[in-house]
Amino acid sequence: MTAVLFLAQRTTAFVLALAVAIHLGTILYATRGGLTAAEILGRTHGNAAFALFYGLFVLAVAIHAPIGLRNIMREWTSWHGRSLDVALLLFSLLLLVLGLRAVIAMYSA
Amino acid sequence: MTDTLRVDIWRGTESGQFQLFAIPRREHQTVLDVVTEIQREHDATLSYRFACRVGMCGSCAMVVNGRPRWTCRTRVRDVVDDGEPLRLEPLRNFTVVKDLAVEMTQFFDKWKAAQGYFEPGAEPAADFAVVPPATAERQAADAGIECIGCGVCYSACDVVAWDKDYFGPAALNRAWTLVNDVRDQAQSARLDAVSGSEGCQACHTHMSCTTFCPKAIAPTYSIAGLKRAVLRRGLRGML
Amino acid sequence: MMRASHKQRGFVAAMLHRLSGIALAIFLPLHFLALATALNGASALDSFLSVTRQPMVQALEIGIVVALAIHLTLGLRVLAVEFFDFREKTLVPLSVCLAAVFAVGLVFVLNLG
Repeated sequence: MTAVLFLAQRTTAFVLALAVAIHLGTILYATRGGLTAAEILGRTHGNAAFALFYGLFVLAVAIHAPIGLRNIMREWTSWHGRSLDVALLLFSLLLLVLGLRAVIAMYSA
Repeated sequence: MTDTLRVDIWRGTESGQFQLFAIPRREHQTVLDVVTEIQREHDATLSYRFACRVGMCGSCAMVVNGRPRWTCRTRVRDVVDDGEPLRLEPLRNFTVVKDLAVEMTQFFDKWKAAQGYFEPGAEPAADFAVVPPATAERQAADAGIECIGCGVCYSACDVVAWDKDYFGPAALNRAWTLVNDVRDQAQSARLDAVSGSEGCQACHTHMSCTTFCPKAIAPTYSIAGLKRAVLRRGLRGML
Repeated sequence: MMRASHKQRGFVAAMLHRLSGIALAIFLPLHFLALATALNGASALDSFLSVTRQPMVQALEIGIVVALAIHLTLGLRVLAVEFFDFREKTLVPLSVCLAAVFAVGLVFVLNLG
């Protein structure tokens, strides 16, 4: 990959290392004894810190995942070039849109 | 120890087949001894390379029972158990010229493309450069300087197998030694050369190069150094 | 015959890291869609969550949590080598990664029960 993509992927990797550690810890803590919507939404509704944290999480993922997939596609399939980059950009937007939509859903529900 | 050693040897180019030979098993045989005996006494059409016979030149590198190594420094008894055959193939990721001999041109072309050569600059130096051996840069360069271009690391590298354009561990390791050479005048051009899509960023830290290098060089860590050097320069450019 | 380089721990680690990444990339859009059912109210999310109590789905959930833990720990290993000049000399770092993954998986499984 190019130096710019490499920088973007490694930077978001550091961000995600922290975010995933927090997320995993939270999930392991919160799923004790089962999980209901009321419990989840009780934590996330109107919680600005939640929205900010997960909004940044989604942004980092939307950058990190497609770059990783780009390496895999170029190395393991014969797909490369402009059309691959466009497809992965669309996938990035998909992650961003669906992710932020989910954050909004849980903030406002 | 059984009396006979069975040896399966690749014959042909990219297409071909294995040919089975049987020769007497001797206690201190090296794989180079085996190949030489077969070529001289059984099949004069077998093609293979060697030169120094003593682990200095790297010419005899090939794949022995699935592992890339130097045949002159590989004892048969260390790689086969009693009754097992010895399997010899040309180095992977190279174009096969014939049988066990491969085309090294692309390997060294990538060396050049990664700017893996010293650039003295337009003006000759006024005096000898003073480079204390204990400095961090010199130690980093020394850690990778013993490479003799045998191609074992290139053969072992998965990314080279997946991406024909990737420079590979040897070329990048050499570039790293020159990044650490305080006399070299082409530092910027070299970092440009190794930061494209075929450069250091393509390394995924599988570490096969480091595992198999017969000189105990660790190209993985040299390439990591290049990644850091490229990023540092990029960040400095942005700020 | 499997290539010798494919039996090395660096290759195994890289493959676990890559395959877990692919699994996560497939999982995430579905995860976002699932959470966004909350747009239709808490009961919409609840009825989705009841689906996730089926054993087959729970098995997949455990798989995804383990995949996340694998991707995180092995990613940290790569970042250590690339940015902190970490020299891996023994099997210990990899074993620590896998032990952490196992611990995470175990805690998650116990929570589900």
